[in-house]
Formats: sequence, C-alpha cells, structure tokens
Amino acid sequence: MSTTLFRTIQPNQFTLLGTALFRRRRRSNFSVRCCGTQTTTTHEAKQPSQSRIAPKNHGSNKLDEILRDYEAVIGIETHVQLSTFTKAFCSCPNNYGSHPNTSICPVCMGLPGALPVLNSKVVEFGVRLGLALNCDLSLKSKFDRKQYFYPDLPKGYQISQFDIPIASGGYVDVDIPLEFGGGHRRFGITRVHMEEDAGKLLHSDTGDYSQVDLNRAGVPLLEIVSEPDMRSGIEAAEYASEMQRIVRYLGVSNGNMQEGSLRCDVNISIRPIGQAEFGTKVEIKNLNAFSAISRAIDFEISRQALLYNQGQADQIVSETRLWEEGAQKSVTMRKKEGLADYRYFPEPDLPEVILTQDYVDSIRSSLPELPEAKRRRYEAMGLGMQDVLFLANDVSVAEFFDAVIGKGAEVKLAANWIMSDIAAYLKNEDLSINDVKLTPQELAELIAAIKDGTISGKIGKQILFELLAKGGTVQGMIKAKDLVQITDPAEIEKMVLKVVSENPKQLEQYRNGRTKLEGYFAGQVMKMSKGKANPGLLNKILLEKLNAKD
Amino acid sequence: MIGELIKILKITVLTSKNSKEIAKKPWKLNSIRQTVTFASSSSPVTTTTTSVSPPQSQILTTRRSLLSGEITASEIAKSYLSRIRLTESHLKCFLHVSDNVLKYAQEIDQRIAKGEELGPLAGVLIGVKDNICTEGMPSTAGSRILEHYRPPFDATAIKKIKELGGIVVGKTNMDEFGMGSTTEASAFQVTANPWDLNRVPGGSSGGSAAAVAARQCMVSLGSDTGGSVRQPASFCGVVGLKPTYGRVSRFGLMAYASSLDVIGCFGSTVADAGMLLHAISGYDRFDSTSSKQEVPEFQSQFLPMDLFESKPLKGVRVGLIRETLEEGVDSGVRSVTQEAASHLEALGCVLTEVSLPSFSLGLPAYYVIASSESSSNLSRYDGVRYGNQVMADELNKLYECSRGEGFGGEVKMRILMGTYALSAGYYDAYYKRAQQVRTLIRKDFKAALEQNDILISPAAPSAAYKIGEKKDDPLAMYAGDIMTVNVNLAGLPAIVLPCGLVEGGPLGLPVGLQMIGAAFDEEKLLKVGHIFEQTLKGSSFVPPLLPNVA
Repeated sequence: MSTTLFRTIQPNQFTLLGTALFRRRRRSNFSVRCCGTQTTTTHEAKQPSQSRIAPKNHGSNKLDEILRDYEAVIGIETHVQLSTFTKAFCSCPNNYGSHPNTSICPVCMGLPGALPVLNSKVVEFGVRLGLALNCDLSLKSKFDRKQYFYPDLPKGYQISQFDIPIASGGYVDVDIPLEFGGGHRRFGITRVHMEEDAGKLLHSDTGDYSQVDLNRAGVPLLEIVSEPDMRSGIEAAEYASEMQRIVRYLGVSNGNMQEGSLRCDVNISIRPIGQAEFGTKVEIKNLNAFSAISRAIDFEISRQALLYNQGQADQIVSETRLWEEGAQKSVTMRKKEGLADYRYFPEPDLPEVILTQDYVDSIRSSLPELPEAKRRRYEAMGLGMQDVLFLANDVSVAEFFDAVIGKGAEVKLAANWIMSDIAAYLKNEDLSINDVKLTPQELAELIAAIKDGTISGKIGKQILFELLAKGGTVQGMIKAKDLVQITDPAEIEKMVLKVVSENPKQLEQYRNGRTKLEGYFAGQVMKMSKGKANPGLLNKILLEKLNAKD
Repeated sequence: MIGELIKILKITVLTSKNSKEIAKKPWKLNSIRQTVTFASSSSPVTTTTTSVSPPQSQILTTRRSLLSGEITASEIAKSYLSRIRLTESHLKCFLHVSDNVLKYAQEIDQRIAKGEELGPLAGVLIGVKDNICTEGMPSTAGSRILEHYRPPFDATAIKKIKELGGIVVGKTNMDEFGMGSTTEASAFQVTANPWDLNRVPGGSSGGSAAAVAARQCMVSLGSDTGGSVRQPASFCGVVGLKPTYGRVSRFGLMAYASSLDVIGCFGSTVADAGMLLHAISGYDRFDSTSSKQEVPEFQSQFLPMDLFESKPLKGVRVGLIRETLEEGVDSGVRSVTQEAASHLEALGCVLTEVSLPSFSLGLPAYYVIASSESSSNLSRYDGVRYGNQVMADELNKLYECSRGEGFGGEVKMRILMGTYALSAGYYDAYYKRAQQVRTLIRKDFKAALEQNDILISPAAPSAAYKIGEKKDDPLAMYAGDIMTVNVNLAGLPAIVLPCGLVEGGPLGLPVGLQMIGAAFDEEKLLKVGHIFEQTLKGSSFVPPLLPNVA
C-alpha cells in the first residue's frame, strides 16, 4: 500500500539537479552523509598547499617531526547501527540491503497522523553500551527533535536525544599494538545517546535527479561521543576498533564499517606544543576503515602543520572535509558558517525514558566479559601482548579460545594453534571461526593427544585440517586411520635396522663422514612408519645404529 | 425538490422531535430568553413545564428505531444525505461526502434482517474533521498542501467507530491544520454558522460543529488543541466534548501541537457526545501518549429525566472561574453564564467563585507552545513524498515553492513564530518560559479542582461573530481562545453545552457553558452536563432552518 503512495521511487516525480543539490550542501549546516565525489574539485584547486602533502610524502618520520612541535587534539563521534529486528519507532523489519522502499510504513515514511512508538530493545542496547563504556546512566532521559530539512529525513526532524542522553561520563581502555609503540591508553566518553537513522539518497548517473530510499529511515542508532583525548591517527583508529569490538562483544551491532553499521566522524585540531587554547577544529567524514581513520588524521595533522609553518594558520577554518580513499587525501565538503541551529525541543510524541535500578542491574549482570577484561585476563595467563590482542580482537575467536582452555588445553599451545594453522585456514577459506566444523572440545583433545605422545605434531596438523573441514573427533580419526604414534623402541629399532640394511651405500658414506645423511635415513624410517614413529625415539635409535661399530 | 423536502421533513420527524416543532412554529428570541430566565430561578426542579421537551439522544433514538424496525438504516442515511444536498451550498460544512454511506447502511440493514448483533453505533452517521485520517477518503486538514491526499490507513478513532457500526458521512471543513478560530482559514471554503449564515461557525472544527447543528449528521469528530471543539460548539449551539489528554488515541490525527491535541466529540446532546467518546477512548499501542486508564461505561450517567431526584446534583461543588467573567467578555455572555450557574445551584450544586491566578498567562504560553510544536510537526509537508509538489530544479526551491504555495497565511505565520521561539538564544525566553507557565497553570487547576468537583466558565468571550470580522486582526481572534487554551495546557477534560441565547442573527445566537473536570473524570462532566441539559427549560438549541428549506 505504501509503495503506491511512495511516488519518489518514480524518478520523474522527484527531479532534483544533482549539482544543485551539492551546491546547496556545501553552504548548509545540515549533517548529511555524503556520497558524492565530484563535489569540490574546483574548490580544491584553489588550495595549492594541499598538493604538496601527498600522503606518501608524510611517512611516520615526517609525522614524528611535526609532532615534536605540534600536538593534535582528536575526538570521535561514532554512529552504531543497532541490530534490532525492527526499527526504532515502528515495526518495520530492520534489514540491510533490501530492495529500495520495501521496508517502510506510515511511521518511518512520516505520513500525516503517524506516531512513533519506542522499540524497547533500543533502550536495552543503549544501557548495555553505556554500561560497557563505564558511563553513568540517566535513569530519566527523554527524546528530542533535531530539526532540519533534507529529502532523506521524512519528518523534517530526527528523533534524537539532546540535553539528557541515556549515558554519559564514561571511558574506554585500549592497548596500542606493539608495532605502533604499544602501551595502554584510556579515552573519555562524553556521552552515548539514542537516535534514528535517516534514509538514503541515490543520485542518478546523469545527475538529473535523485531518488530516496527510506529503508534505513528509522533504523536505531547509538551515537557515542568521545572526549578530545586522542593525539594521533593510530590512537583514533585503535579507539574506533575498540568500539567495534565492544559492540560486537555486546551483540548490539554487527559493527560493519563497509555497510555503514559503524560510522566514525573525526574532529581534529592541532596546536603548537605549550599553547593552552585549542586550534580550529576540522571534521572529517567518509571514513570507511580503521586504516582510513588513521591515515586521514595523519594527513590532516600534516596539512594543518604545514599551514602553521607557512604562517597561514588563519587558513585552517571550521569545515567538514571528506576523506577520499582512492586519492588518499581529504577535500573540503562544506564550510561551517556559524553554529547550526537544529532547534531542538523535547519530542512530545514520546514519553520520558524511565529506567529502574533493577532493570539496569539486571542488564549489568548479563553483560559478557568485555574486550579490555579479556585482554587483562589473557595477559595474566602469561600470553604475550601480540597473542592477547589477536585472541581478544574477535569475540568468536576469544570465545573459542576460552572454550578450548576450558577443556583443559594448555594456554600457550591453544593460542598457537588458533593463531597459526587455524587462522591461516580461516583466511584461505574466507571463513569465520563459527563456520568451521572443529569444536573447542576436539582442539583440546588434539593438543592433549600431541602432548601425551599419542600422535605426532605432524599428524596433529593433518588431523586438524580434516577436523576443520569435515568435523569428527580426534580419537575417531586416530583409530580410523591408525595414526597412533609408534613409541615402542623395539618396533622402531626394527624399522631402523631394515632401512639401514637396505641402504649400504649411504651407510658407508655416512660412516665416512657424510653425517648429513642422517636426515635421509630418518626420512626413510618415517616414511616406512607412515609418519607415525615418535621422532625423538626414531632419532635416538637411528643414531645408535648408524654409529654402531659392528 | 418537493420530494426532497418531504424527505427532510420526514427525517426531522424521525430523528428530532424538536425540529418538527420549530419547523411549524419558528422561535421568537424573546420567548426563549424568558424561558431561560425562568429556568434559572431557584425553585426546585421537578418536571418540565414548558412546551419544549429536552433533547433526545440521536444515537439511542437511531438504535431504538432500527431495532424496532420502525425505519431502516438506509432510509435514515438517505434522508441525511438529501439534507446535506439541500443545505450544503449554504453551509459548506463538508470538504468531502462519502460515496459509501448508503452501501454501509445497507450492510447494517442486512445484519438486522439476519438477526445479527448490532454495534452500539450501528447506523449512526458521523462527520469527521478533515485532519483525522480516513482510509481511501481525502484527508487534507483543510490545506492545499494535502489536496487530494488519501491516507493508506484509518486513524484509531475511525477504526473503532467503524468496528462499532458507525458510518463516516464525510470530511468536515476546518481551519488549515487546526490553526484558526473561525474555519475561515480553510484553504477550500468558508463554512457558515447555521444560526446565521453571515457568521462564522467558530473553529477550527467549524465544519463538524455546524454539521451537527444543521443535523447533516448525528454526531461528529473534531480535534481540540486550544479550544477547537469547544468554541465552535458554543458558536453553533451543540455539545462539544474535549476529553483528557491521552484518553483518545491521536494515531491518525494530523498533528498540530502534539502535547495539546486531542480528538473530541460533537453531538446535539450530552449523551451523544459521551457515547461517541466512549467508542473512541482507550489505550492504543500506536500512540505512546495514550493512557491506560480504564474507560468507564458513561451510558449509566444518561438517566431519563423522570428518574431525576428533586435536587439531582445535590452537593456537587461547582467553582465559577472569576477571571472568565471579567472585562473583555460580552455582557450577554456574562449574564447567560450567570444564569447557567444559577441553574446549577437550583439543581443542588454548591456554587462558589474560584480564582486561577495564572489564568491570563495561558494565552501567550499557549501560542508559544502550539506554534513551536507546529513548526516542527509541519516540517514533513515538504513536497517530497506526498502532497503538493512544485517542480523545481534546485532542492531549496522545491521546498520553498511546495510549502510557499501549499500553506496558507495563518499557517505560515505560526510556523514562523514557532521557528523563532525554538531558535538558539530565544528558546529559554519563549519555549522554556511557556513550559514553566504551563506547570503553573496545571498547579492552579489542580488546587481549584481539589476544592471543587467541576469548574465552569463561558466557552468563549462572545457568541459567533461575522464572517471576515476578525480576519485581519489575528490578535483579536487569538484573544477569543482565552477561555479554552488553559484547559489544553493542563490536559484536562471539558465539555461545552449550550446554555442560552444572546441577541444576534435572525433568532438569536447560542452561548456555550464550559465545564472543566479533573483528569480522566469525563464521567462527572457527562453526568452534570446531562442533567443540566435535560433540565434547562426551553432548551432546544436547533438553529433556524435555512430559508429555502423551511
């Protein structure tokens, strides 16, 4: 029913000149996701200073140099799209990638007379994230209307939270990877608030018109605002990746940056070291990967530092810049002329959001172990930082690892198997750990079987790949394929003697000093045992026989 | 033509005994005033002694006649439709008359023929204000911007009415989006007052009030944001009931000021308005601001007169709001109100005068809040998804022209006022301040309603004025809302019922008495209102028939 009414899916009815649309965007203060690339090429031509700071020219050395004189101040706004079944204020399914305008209803289309009704899951997820970020929760918060006109915003306002967010005043702890200098950092979280997403504009190739897809309109978001606590691109990227880990650990979002489920907007200014006041803040959007965050920030630090050094600090203006991944540079999207006035006021269609302490406590007690706690626990187990970061990075991997050691496997061995052979397999097959047939129980069995000498490490590897691909049990596979390691010295001696007697030529060469041939003999014996001979015993007995004077 | 006339007469005989009497013997203004004066004497009320019997419920009469087989639903529907045909060219109450009235009436007749159960509103013909969504029927809110718009869903109130057997006759005229007090601000037509075609019916629900007054339908729905049900009820001499905020779902009511809007009921008797309210009341999961308060069975309050005790309202504490009878209120209105108060005393009420110190603050606070919310609520009418779209080659132009041509002057003025009041730097001085006043008003009402069971006042400072009289003087028009806006700010229920006539028009003009009750205590208002109405001597508020109909 709604689709027949929804006439903008017919291109001719909604004719906007693409270029005109963009022209307006640059002037406006509206917060819009931008998908255009041709926006500001002419603009950029007037800023010659930028061409000199090609990203490749500012290696970390140069950046280090800059950072000796300047300090960067970085804050991040993160939008997390929640993985609720339905939208924030109506019962439309929250599906990514549906055919345009198929997941819409009078409420999310903003039809006259339609009213929002809050999805309680949004509050639950807000509380979960707020607690995970060590925030104070507002037991009484409310929704407000943020007002601006844009074709992807059906009601002409976004339902958001303004002066009383659901959570505020928290922090997040991150570990900087060793290759970037390592260390532990704590970044402040200013606030977390609930809001709804807008729709999407699809611009025609010719630029003659634009179309609106409202499937995303009304999808719930949590916006996380950080304190301006970060000082480098690496720190910012690490902050963003910790956000991704946390939302995935909590199960509130898939955290997928490509799909736009996790969107980071960076605010950055630099100031000469020793200067108390902040420099002019620039916002960077369109950051679709952690590496983009890091590089875009480094680019911006260099750009601003160069302007300072050339005595052109006044050319650093309050603006929104767009990161262009292909060109590895950012360009002006729009200048911010004065503060945007969104005319916030309390949303009269929704009652206040009241949380009871019991509710909060019940959610707190249901929180999973979070990445930071996991990392500290792994560290305390004696794992190195690289292992810790690897294992805690992906919640499924961490859960798998925990399950394996829960079955009694040795920590370091379990970590090694997961980080080397299993990780390589997952990468080659493009799978996640949840997709493989191997169970934590069997990996623990495998590790135990190698440790107690039932099978050799080499056989272990073979079994591992079979288990990953086909499943089954270690014991079953050992029996079925007769893979039990030969640890009986008499049996090994028999094989050694046979090999030695069958290779008189090589034996003679060996005894004449070509001791390297030991490897050859060992290989032959191993081959004869079908790889099952215990390598230690084999070597010991082989050496005895080779060196025996008979 | 003669055939039509006979039908009209037939309907007056069948549905309104009083109309018949008036048709025979037109009222004399003086005689009516005398009877009113007589009724206000303090002698005990026993039985009616005047020639005019009290008004009868149209809903109950219809039900009785249908069940007894005296008349069919189709016959009733036909006679109302022909009455509409005859009177509409003079009154212009309807923006749209449904094509399906007869079809639904026939369905009811079939149910009767099969002996199936009838809903309480079976065969009841209901006019619906045009800002209430009716599926498949135009719903324009009196605005050019929604010309030809047909919603894909029924408002919850309409859904309930249909489920109970009610028949929507058509959509009634109104001030655009409810912004006005005369119905002159409709984009389509000006509705005339059935008491005097040169006068306004009041507004913004002028079409609904006039249609009931002219017996074009039995009852009707309006909406009341600042008095839009009560003031036109007063101007047209019908009963207007504004329920407590939250009593009736707003889902499907095109929002003007969300925190003030309620759907209200018109009837020619208190019982009709009460029964219609009962039909549409109750919690609705599609409106988060609707209340879960139980809806009492109002009908038990509508006792027939012969069951009344000698002092049927003995001990009911009635507070006459002092500030509503001060300067600026027409002397005729004042004296009719005083007489009504005396009548209540005669019925056994304990009458005192109460003061609401915040009374005069309500009007400016109302206009700030209503304008602010409307500036936001009307943002969705942007020409992008539905409604009138003016083609433009640039986005701003599209908005500008669609809204510029779609909205009328009054609407634009209020959007501008509201936008201003919500702007950064003005918010505290206007919107926030107005909310503080709102709290004061709530407190004053609460205190007054602790001392009294109901509060009374005139419904408007004057009777209906001439069309065009206040068109160029918005402030004078706004001032006319002084009696009603405070009730919306406090969210309380109120009923307006005709209590007398003042000079003006061919046969005098009706004046309404407003009774205000505690939140969710509509029951008391209906009880007092019903007894007041049934005992008011000479209380037949049927407008003079139109010259060419009579």
